[in-house]
Amino acid sequence: MLPQSDISGQITRLIREDWGRLLAVLVSFGGDFALAEDSLQDAMVAALEHWPERGVPRDPDAWLITTARRKAVDRLRRARTAEDKADELTLWHWQHAPQEGDGRTLPDHRLELIFTCCHPALEEKSRVALTLRALGGLTTQEIASAFLDKPEAMAARLTRAKKKMQAAGIRFRLPDPEDLPERIEGVLQVIYLIFNEGYRSSSGALSRGDLAGEAIRLGRILVSCLPEHPEIKGLLALMLLGESRRLARSDGAGGYVPLETQNRARWDRGMIREGLDLVEVALRQGRAHPYTLQAAISALHAQAQDFASTDWAQIVALYSVLIHRQLNPVLWVNHAVAQSYASTPDQALRELEASGAAQHLAAYQPYHSCRADLLARIGQGDAALVAYDQAIALAQAPEERSFLISRRNRLATRAPSG
Amino acid sequence: MQYMLLIYGAEGADPQPGTEEFGAYMQDYMTFTTRMRDEGKFVAGDALQPISTATTVSVSSGKVETVDGPFAETKEQLGGYYLLECADLDEALKCAADIPTAKYGRVEVRPIMVFD
Repeated sequence: MLPQSDISGQITRLIREDWGRLLAVLVSFGGDFALAEDSLQDAMVAALEHWPERGVPRDPDAWLITTARRKAVDRLRRARTAEDKADELTLWHWQHAPQEGDGRTLPDHRLELIFTCCHPALEEKSRVALTLRALGGLTTQEIASAFLDKPEAMAARLTRAKKKMQAAGIRFRLPDPEDLPERIEGVLQVIYLIFNEGYRSSSGALSRGDLAGEAIRLGRILVSCLPEHPEIKGLLALMLLGESRRLARSDGAGGYVPLETQNRARWDRGMIREGLDLVEVALRQGRAHPYTLQAAISALHAQAQDFASTDWAQIVALYSVLIHRQLNPVLWVNHAVAQSYASTPDQALRELEASGAAQHLAAYQPYHSCRADLLARIGQGDAALVAYDQAIALAQAPEERSFLISRRNRLATRAPSG
Repeated sequence: MQYMLLIYGAEGADPQPGTEEFGAYMQDYMTFTTRMRDEGKFVAGDALQPISTATTVSVSSGKVETVDGPFAETKEQLGGYYLLECADLDEALKCAADIPTAKYGRVEVRPIMVFD
């Protein structure tokens, strides 16, 4: 028998891995999200209590579902007043409704669960929190610290969202077929927000890798549930390719390493292979979604032996398509970077200035650091220093800031130019 | 479930009587209301007189206070409502999007509270 602490660690891992699937089954009984969650929590506590002594049951999922149903019935009975007959049906469901599936495997209701958590009638931040809680099995405490919120505030947010679900009639079901593309778009937005939060923030108990990893896990669930939608594969590929460079992005002392000087041997080849395969399939499956186009750009970086041999012309072309599709001024900055290597920094700078993006990007740090770099490369050192100062003033993350300061100082100590 | 669909808009933002668009606008309302009836969703629905006709009442220490005008002087005002029977929020939201004034103003969807 394993030592006590090993068993509870094993139990916690197992439950977290299966949390979304278990919760989805429980919500499908009565549609009551909060009750399902509370009962699963009760069952988890019971497991931590009993399993270390009696051993992990042969079918832990079935044990947890049965226990959670019993706990739900207890909760309903306690909440019920003598004259209240309205809950009879709910009670019956929890007690007697037969479980779907062949008895050996749990039915998969995670898709319904994702769409419910990402319902457009809920506030964006609540969608993110609910998704992490329900599908990812993260605790309220973990979600709060990942978003630098107070645990009480996060708990209140989750409670509010669950109340609205119940009272406003947000049903636990798949969207109507005609609404599916739009609703998928909403789910992908939530997943990408989680990924970017992990990509950006390094503080809090939950490290950036955990949130990014969580987003990738959600992406995988979604791809497996909706294989005929290529945009989901595009997003998963985009996240995998971005995450594959995580180790190489950091110099080990908290410093940021740009793509240009990253040690490519530190890139995660497994993630790259998976990402490349997904991009290929997504591109073959239909008109490329913006996520797929971005993933294709990331794939070109992943395939290059070194920075200099990157297929910049192809990247410029992909950014042009993206700009045409999305009209997002931020894309002009990325386009300019690629263009500066595909043709010349001078050409890139002229295109960036002619794009009219400047008026929208005055407060966007990468716009100024990109201009600084282009100006420095064409020998306009003074103008480059000014642009670096603007970028430094706008930088938020400390590693970003110190990276820009070192760039600026290197330029300033070089021979002054005109 | 029953949902109240509250129709808000700035007065004069939607097609006005006497304009070319007004006829089609009213026709859209009739089509929508007929469809709600045919689908068994319609419980009630009305347009309200403009806010120039509104009077607001409150009672403070037993004394009735009556004030000329709407509850709040906002640009967008309540102009009408539908009370609909819908399966769930998704269905109610779709109905809300089909209300002709949704193109010119906003529709707030609120579930009816059930006391049991």
